Amino acid sequence: MANDTTPILEMRGITKTFPGVKALSDVTLSVARGEVHAICGENGAGKSTLMKVLSGVYGYGSYEGDIVFEGETCKFKTTRDSEERGIVIIHQELALSPFLSIAENIFLGNERASGGVINWAQTNRQAADLLTRVGLNEQPDTKIMDIGVGKQQLVEIAKALSKKVKLLILDEPTAALNDEDSAHLLGLLRQLKAEGITSIIISHKLNEIAAIADSTTIIRDGQSIETLDMHGAEPVSEDRIIRTMVGRDLENRYPDHTPTIGEEILRIENWTVHHPNDPSRVVVDNAALDVRAGEIVGIAGLMGAGRTELAMSVFGHSYGTGISGQLYLHGKPVGIKTVSAAIENGIAYATEDRKHYGLNLIEDIKRNTTAARLQKIARLGVVNAAKEITISEQYRKDMRTKTPSVDVQVGKLSGGNQQKVVLSRWLFAEPEVLILDEPTRGIDVGAKYEIYEIINKLADSGKAVIVISSELPELLGICDRIYAMSQGRITGQLPRAEASQESLMRYMTMEKSGATR
Amino acid sequence: MSTATQTKKAKTEGGSLAGYLGGNLKQYVMVAALVVITLWFQYDTNGLMLLPNNVVSLIQQNAYVFILTIGMVMIIVAGHIDLSVGSVVAFVGGITGLMIMQWDIAWPVAVVLAIVLGGVVGAWQGFWVAYVGIPAFIVTLGGMLLFRGLAIYFVGTTVGGLPSDFNALANGALPNWLGFAGNLDVVSVVIGAVAALGLLISQVRTRRELVKNDLRTEPFAAFLGKLVVGVAAIGYLTWLLASSAGGMPIVLIIVGVLVLLYSFIMNNTIFGRHIYAMGGNLPAAMLSGVKTKRVNFLLFVNMGLLAGVAAVITTARAGSSVAAAGQNYELDAIAAAFIGGTAVTGGVGKVTGAIIGALIMGVLNMGLSITNVVPEWQMVIKGLVLIVAVAFDILNKRRGK
Repeated sequence: MANDTTPILEMRGITKTFPGVKALSDVTLSVARGEVHAICGENGAGKSTLMKVLSGVYGYGSYEGDIVFEGETCKFKTTRDSEERGIVIIHQELALSPFLSIAENIFLGNERASGGVINWAQTNRQAADLLTRVGLNEQPDTKIMDIGVGKQQLVEIAKALSKKVKLLILDEPTAALNDEDSAHLLGLLRQLKAEGITSIIISHKLNEIAAIADSTTIIRDGQSIETLDMHGAEPVSEDRIIRTMVGRDLENRYPDHTPTIGEEILRIENWTVHHPNDPSRVVVDNAALDVRAGEIVGIAGLMGAGRTELAMSVFGHSYGTGISGQLYLHGKPVGIKTVSAAIENGIAYATEDRKHYGLNLIEDIKRNTTAARLQKIARLGVVNAAKEITISEQYRKDMRTKTPSVDVQVGKLSGGNQQKVVLSRWLFAEPEVLILDEPTRGIDVGAKYEIYEIINKLADSGKAVIVISSELPELLGICDRIYAMSQGRITGQLPRAEASQESLMRYMTMEKSGATR
Repeated sequence: MSTATQTKKAKTEGGSLAGYLGGNLKQYVMVAALVVITLWFQYDTNGLMLLPNNVVSLIQQNAYVFILTIGMVMIIVAGHIDLSVGSVVAFVGGITGLMIMQWDIAWPVAVVLAIVLGGVVGAWQGFWVAYVGIPAFIVTLGGMLLFRGLAIYFVGTTVGGLPSDFNALANGALPNWLGFAGNLDVVSVVIGAVAALGLLISQVRTRRELVKNDLRTEPFAAFLGKLVVGVAAIGYLTWLLASSAGGMPIVLIIVGVLVLLYSFIMNNTIFGRHIYAMGGNLPAAMLSGVKTKRVNFLLFVNMGLLAGVAAVITTARAGSSVAAAGQNYELDAIAAAFIGGTAVTGGVGKVTGAIIGALIMGVLNMGLSITNVVPEWQMVIKGLVLIVAVAFDILNKRRGK
């Protein structure tokens, strides 16, 4: 029988396998009734996967292990099943419909209606009650698009409360919030706890965890490492958490490389970028960075730190508005405001999202290879098809792309081979600076090694390489120098010899001064 | 041939003949559908369908669809649509008539000015689509009203009495400079021979290039079959045209040149590549440095130019400018593009495919008319053909996954 001493939730021996990858391996999680339970881990450690298993996004049968909720073994097929039991997950990307009102969003899929006809009086009255409960001072008929992200987060919580939530799961709830909204949200979590609602919070912000969590489970490489009691005899230090988060042996997974570092090629100063949809939000904050010929420079940072935004804003303002700051190439200030200008000036950016922002999946390899600089093989606007074939053939051989011919549709290749096509494209553009955003994401280990070798070769040929990666061992394994970013700022810079996962993680979790404690 | 060499060969040729046909099913099915429909009408009309004079009028009647659908394919591949082309044809055609009949401009000059005017109309629409960012559906829906209104304002109802030299652009044939061989017009025969030779040379060269670079080629049987069928088709068409009353229709030369030119643009130029890149993955194209606004603008200018050409042909065919001309032309062009295999989502589509689509519609039109099917049933049948063709395309794609 469930009583106050038994945990409200126990996940036992959870193993979840995707084709070729073991995302979760024998994970155990025990959440006590009425507590705030934090889950910590690096990007890709398996936190979100675990929560998706719990909430039924990955339904019963697609994983191994047991979920015991309130003393009963649960077999959730869909999120609807878990919601019926009172488990509600609020995802990082809010799932609200911008053109509908707050009240409509709260009851979306759960409408106050009789016989299919909506009872508007009841809808708005109950919504108003819920809004009071979460401390949101807005009218129920206000449209979602007219309120900020912080308030939207509260609407999500109100929506969860409307479903009689017993266990509330928040995935990075404060990642997109400013300090004031974050503080309010944490206050609300305390209040819900007083009302008897248990919550699980996934967060990268260690000070937040220290402030609100009763216990913390740390996940690493798909395994639950340990659960810390935050109110125990010994106070839990941030260092302690960081050490557990990254504590992994560095194997010899990286090719040896001795760099030959030359002159400075690219430098940015006072680089500030604002969010394209919300120009008041600073996404990159006064960043400075430089990279030299033959050098591989890493940028470390947790989700939402602004790494991709920094890179894309440098790449011809392809992200952001209100971009200010100075960009230097070979020490000379340049103004590069379009992607084509960036490419002409020798800057290349290989995206982290190959499928949506990188490749044209319905086209073949050769056309994708030449896409960024077709004029190189064209005269008077006419593409030399024979040259295109021989050149993309050459890249296919150099990169050891595994495919019978360059006529093959890129969509049919594996992740590693697709990445090689992306690299071919940017090499063909002959850049001086090559920014690689998560170059090994979704690629198997063997192909990763090949990508590292290609990166080393690029540096040896005198190119300046910037690597953005969420995998710290990867950065430590291939970079000569590593910058760390947190909340849009570059918080530190370490040469490879001085960098360690712990030291980087400390910079990566560094808060803005005056943040909530 | 031993099994071992066969497998090796199959590998470099990208699979067996059956596998090859499977992968290129769409284009073969469209051609096959055209042939089957034509033969069926040939049988049903006791041979009336493919009488030389009927084939000539098939070409002349549908010339505007061929011309418009070339531009429409490009627009759709890039992920847009153009609903205004019918009205633009009426507007530009109207001004053409006025230029010749009331402003005393020599007709060849008027033709050039008409095409330029089409380009200006295209620039107007391109501006709104590319630089203001209004969806093309809206801009060209507005254009549909706008240019129809202007056509009526300027033309009233009709401006008639256009010179016969001008009208010959749409209705006439090349003069019989080289006399007859039997009852065959030699000019037509020569042009047919040149076309067949051009097809042979270009296909052989392309294949040799592929072989030289050790690239996947279609199986030799398919290659040979395609050449034989292609040359036979050109030969048959040439024979029909050469034995028709007039000989080689002028408008076929215009359409032929446009098809070759635009196939080349779509396949071999940076502009064409950028169109496919934008339709296939717009953000990726932007991040590869494609100047998407400029490409969009030029696409609509190009559509306007082609609408200008279609306007000249339509006006010449009627022998007068008619304010109500071009009704539903946009739908004919869009239907032809989709029947010809252009993807609804953009990124995929060929000029030659759209021409085949236009031919299917044209043959249906003519065949149904000859067999006295009433117009209301003609519309029903054509509507069903459009839906079935696109459904086939989508189901085929789903099966491929």
